[in-house]
Amino acid sequence: MTTENIHHVSASLGDHLPVLVVLVPFVAAPLLVFIGSRRLAWSIAFAASAISLVISFLLLMRVIGGEVISYHLGGWAPPLGIEYRVDAANAFVLLLVTAIAVVVLPFARESVRAEIPDRQNTLFYALFLLCLTGLLGVAVTGDAFNVFVFLEISSLATYVLIAQGSYRDKRALTASYDYLIMGTIGATFFVIGLGLLYMATGTLNMADIAERLVDQAGNRTVRAAFAFIVVGIGLKVAIYPLHLWLPNAYTFAPSAVTAFVAATSTKVAVYVLMRFMFSVFQPVFLFEVNTLEFIILPFALLAMFAASFIAVFQSDFKRMLAYSSIAQIGYMLLGIAFLTETGLTAAIVHLFNHGITKAALFMGVGIYALRLGGSFLDDIEGAGRRMPWTSAAVVIAGLSLIGVPGTAGFISKWVLVEAALEKGWWLIAILIVASSLLAVIYVWRVIEVLYLKAPKGDVIVKEAPLSMLLPLWVMALACVYFGLDTDLTISAARAAAEGLMAGTSGMR
Amino acid sequence: MMIELIPTAFLYIAAALILPLLPQTRARGALLLLVPLLAAWQVWMLPEGIYARTEFFGLNLELMRVDKLSRVFALIFCLAAFLGNLYAWHVNDRVQQVAALVYAGSAIGAVFAGDLMTLFFYWEGTAIASVFLIWARRTEGAYHTGMRYLIIQVGSGVILLAGAALYWRETGSMTFETMTLGSPATWLIFLSFGIKCAFPLLHNWLQDSYPAATVTGTVILSAFTTKLAVYALARGFAGTEILIYIGAIMTLFPIFFAEIENDLRRVLAYSLNNQLGFMVVGIGVGTEMALNGTVSHAFAHILYKALLFMSVGAVLYRTGTSKASELGGLYRTMPKTALFCLVGAASISAFPLFSGFVTKSLILDATASQHYPIIWGVLVFASAGVLSHSGIKIPFFTFFYHDSGLRPKEAPAHMLWAMGITAALCITIGIYPDPLYALLPYEVVFHPYTIGHVAGQLQLLFFALLAFGVLMRTGIHPPEIRAVNLDFDWIYRRALPRLIAWLAVVVTRLWHAHSAFWQRRMLGIYQRLYASHGPEGRMAQVWPTGSMVLWIAVLLGVTLVVSFLKF
Repeated sequence: MTTENIHHVSASLGDHLPVLVVLVPFVAAPLLVFIGSRRLAWSIAFAASAISLVISFLLLMRVIGGEVISYHLGGWAPPLGIEYRVDAANAFVLLLVTAIAVVVLPFARESVRAEIPDRQNTLFYALFLLCLTGLLGVAVTGDAFNVFVFLEISSLATYVLIAQGSYRDKRALTASYDYLIMGTIGATFFVIGLGLLYMATGTLNMADIAERLVDQAGNRTVRAAFAFIVVGIGLKVAIYPLHLWLPNAYTFAPSAVTAFVAATSTKVAVYVLMRFMFSVFQPVFLFEVNTLEFIILPFALLAMFAASFIAVFQSDFKRMLAYSSIAQIGYMLLGIAFLTETGLTAAIVHLFNHGITKAALFMGVGIYALRLGGSFLDDIEGAGRRMPWTSAAVVIAGLSLIGVPGTAGFISKWVLVEAALEKGWWLIAILIVASSLLAVIYVWRVIEVLYLKAPKGDVIVKEAPLSMLLPLWVMALACVYFGLDTDLTISAARAAAEGLMAGTSGMR
Repeated sequence: MMIELIPTAFLYIAAALILPLLPQTRARGALLLLVPLLAAWQVWMLPEGIYARTEFFGLNLELMRVDKLSRVFALIFCLAAFLGNLYAWHVNDRVQQVAALVYAGSAIGAVFAGDLMTLFFYWEGTAIASVFLIWARRTEGAYHTGMRYLIIQVGSGVILLAGAALYWRETGSMTFETMTLGSPATWLIFLSFGIKCAFPLLHNWLQDSYPAATVTGTVILSAFTTKLAVYALARGFAGTEILIYIGAIMTLFPIFFAEIENDLRRVLAYSLNNQLGFMVVGIGVGTEMALNGTVSHAFAHILYKALLFMSVGAVLYRTGTSKASELGGLYRTMPKTALFCLVGAASISAFPLFSGFVTKSLILDATASQHYPIIWGVLVFASAGVLSHSGIKIPFFTFFYHDSGLRPKEAPAHMLWAMGITAALCITIGIYPDPLYALLPYEVVFHPYTIGHVAGQLQLLFFALLAFGVLMRTGIHPPEIRAVNLDFDWIYRRALPRLIAWLAVVVTRLWHAHSAFWQRRMLGIYQRLYASHGPEGRMAQVWPTGSMVLWIAVLLGVTLVVSFLKF
């Protein structure tokens, strides 16, 4: 790398970027609690996220050409030491996660003030940063056990963040408890899978595992490890029958938490799934092909339809979006199940595009909850006239959710259809389009309620404060921008897909 | 020149963006009139060629493909937009004004689209913009009609997109040019065009929605959507034989419904459908002469159909009704509107010296010269039908016949101007068709005013007139069934309308039974879906932690089995 020729100090800082992206929020979290100032809490959290965003962007720019950065934690060389590995795939995920954090935090300020007691604010932001740390760590690390550790950090933080919703609705506690049970089972399965892998290979470094697995396709231990890891991560991804924690968690969590978690946590889990399926295990392993074809693919299709149907019948906008998320995860899994480069590109692009779309929508929901007292369709009747700016942004993001041309959602669905056709799976291409029509129905229901119903009561409702509108519009405009200019998303996703499809050689 | 660089559609869309910001009604009205003129000038000036190429997502888009076929359609669309906007001068509803601009712009953009992707964008643009002309009526009924209309139109776009994607995979090209039916891709594209063109059994949206729009909205709606489909068919499927038969059926069946329909705007919607049939036949025949006939007929048709919708609209505007049974004798107070309506009626009936004559005979001759005698006969019969329901029924029941007692004021001046200009154009084309012929895609070697043409057409017209006169005099025209003298000849003349009415009833019943069946089925599906996926349904249950864990166990088991199996 060219950095080695530059001045020593700057070179070493540049070389430390992979660990700094995690370290900054990780250090900021306890710092924020020690300082204990409510006023500073938000600022520190925001600053830490912003620094991480800048680092992520720098990392992505470095690896987008297909290079891989290998960072040895503490100078210990892998496979004994922990290795952080950055390639296009996880740099893209890092960028998504940090960008969402930076956009959601300004929004969170008002929203958290309204939904959570003041005395909890400092701790809230500390947890937020911990959750961010976990997600970033999962993405950046090249060590299988390290994935588990960071996954637990982010999950534990998420459980508590969701439980914060109990100040508005006590059911948040049950939702959080359920998620805790499910998440713990998932993590346990995951770690069991890792244990089995360790048995078979004697190493925990992902690249190392991959190399030693190459001729172990017939090993039953490896197969069992694969099943445990897929199901364990599948829980975090919310693969269709394992999605049951998600609707309640999203519905009852505080608005800002939902916006952040919905846009990032399942996406990171999808990334982990891809990493294990393509980089650690080999896509040529027959048992993997079978699992994808007979389990992931049908359940992805099922999710696209069943979850969309449920969304159609929901009377709570927030819950509707939660179910829509399950359906959208179906698209990503479908892209993975194609086992082609285009399919993976589609999954990664959708991961990004759906992230920004959902962040915008859940922020819109948060604004309605703040101004109108709830997000039920009854509550938001006629909000289109009373809160024109919020509603317009919600409509834009809604169109992106459907996949209307000119929005980000269209791009990812287009690539997905392209991938289906490339494999010659006409029927699936048709199903993708057909399930998008279901999205038209549920998004239309919201638009209809917003614009075509008369507002209830004579209470004067103010438009949302600028600090909430601005993040919302940033995301809504991003939905349009990435629908028109696909350079960044498509090329990054393609680079990521190439890296992943290269399998072991990509890890070297 | 700068203006070459801007696709014509963008002019409209830019104006639509500016328009809501203009505070004065007059300024908005002026903008609405100025834009079509500017656009028409641009279209007129642009030499043939491909402009505004751009790349989107790896696809080469051609936003402006100017050739003779697209130019003539763009010109008539600009003209129609101008006339429609002039007619709507009094409307002070920004929603309608913006919708009209975007709608016209999208239609023109679609006409100039050199590739299927661009076509799709504008195709959906016309759908979404035009529905606001229906919703602008702001009634419950209009809302539901608009919804149905939107679903069908957007559905057509989605089918087009699917077809385009398949076409791209098949041929590796997105260019929109002549295709041959055969692969799923071309069938899908054909179906999508067919929906917009109101093919038989795909036509219901037309009669459903056009009469439901606002007074001015209907005038604007009548010009673009279906003619855009005609253009697309002419571009993509010229010479496809199945179109001849589809078109022939299209000319026939709306006649029966138009005869028995009471709402005059709906009568016009049926007759619009019938006129489209002529154009579709022309496309199906596909010779140079036939295509010329289709294009010129579309040109003339947009004008006289707009004129008829304008005159009936003016009556609706003044009296609040467009029902034949409630109107009559309005010529006393609305003489100018009556006169313009007569011009429109004469044009649609293809009287010599009016526009319909010089264009329709092109199609008829082309059909005959390609040896489709039966089709030719059908078209002649349909022409007589047109005369009966549009040429006579509309003006007769509105402005003449028994006095309804209504004494409305004459239509407002701007409406009269719009109608007057349109009427003048209809007559000009009828008398001096050469400029229109010069615009057509192929060279025209055709003389409408030969003794054979004129005499044949006049015979047809006079006998139809005579029949109508006798029917009315004796009171056996469908809406007015009374006791009559049973003369043998009259039995024949009476039986025919009755038979037609009976046929229409049978067809309607069958249709209702068919749709009722599907409605029940859909309701059943909906209820079952609600039972399973609704908030109380099994699929939406999330609380029991145990069931979640059970699912985990099941999925792990299945995954293990699949992993362990040796395939």
